[in-house]
Amino acid sequence: MSLDALQAWLAMGGDARYVWPAWALALAVLAGCALHARRERRRVLDALRRPARRGGMEDKRDAHDPA
Amino acid sequence: MWRAIHRLGSPAIFYAVAGRLQPWCWALAIALLLAGSLWGLVWAPADYQQGDSVRILYVHVPTALLAQSVFVLLAAAGGVFLVWRIKLADMLAAAIAPFGALMTLLALVSGALWGLPTWGTWWVWDARLTSMLIQLFLYLGVIALRGAYTAAESGARASALLALVGVVNVPIIKFSVDWWQTLHQAATFSLVRPPSMPASMWLPLLVMVAGFYAFFVALALTRTRSEILRRESRTRWVRERVARTTGKAAR
Repeated sequence: MSLDALQAWLAMGGDARYVWPAWALALAVLAGCALHARRERRRVLDALRRPARRGGMEDKRDAHDPA
Repeated sequence: MWRAIHRLGSPAIFYAVAGRLQPWCWALAIALLLAGSLWGLVWAPADYQQGDSVRILYVHVPTALLAQSVFVLLAAAGGVFLVWRIKLADMLAAAIAPFGALMTLLALVSGALWGLPTWGTWWVWDARLTSMLIQLFLYLGVIALRGAYTAAESGARASALLALVGVVNVPIIKFSVDWWQTLHQAATFSLVRPPSMPASMWLPLLVMVAGFYAFFVALALTRTRSEILRRESRTRWVRERVARTTGKAAR
């Protein structure tokens, strides 16, 4: 791909300022959702693995988190 | 059939089945979205009237379709939860509602970004756009109601009820372009007639739609599993399962 062709592609026929934000936003939202789901799972598992003082997570959700 | 549904309604069994399906869904979603993005952004032709702004539709159409599908699923889950008291349906509803709201927002924003160069305006109060905005508020209501009660059960029931009532808006969105004079064009895909655009455009669009739906299924499975662990944390099967995976990479 030549530099000119790349520039022409990035310019999107003059619509670059509409096309790229729309795509960037959509892909960012998907990536954010995937990352959030992953971290949520880690968080839930970590909470379950912590030696339970009494009962399960319900007690801990409101408890002060020392970390 | 009924027994199979009942078995899947058990959180423990759903957790195991979803765990096995989930990596495949994620892989499929990533593959389809990568292929669809390349196809839509690079290989698909520009429109002879709209120019390259037509490429926005490759993200606009999938998000708009998902915004409606997720709401229908939300209402179905709400109905199952209210009538049969199946907890899993409520866990699914809790897991998917925020994603539906995000898809609605994305559909509105990408639509505005497409309308600006094409219609010359980013917003008009026409039937399709307005009903979609109402959809966003309905999503926000469904999400907010869940947290509005001190008793989680009451919040879940109120949220399910609003989803059931709010689902009337979905056919209004769907048929708004036929019932009223609107600026928005009619549906691209139909089961009864071939698409009105060339294959070089609707094929990448179909790949993107499939990619977004695969992503949704993967996300719903993953988040519902987290929700199951959270709510069933006192049950024996969760404790045993966590004890087994401790130290190893969590699956």
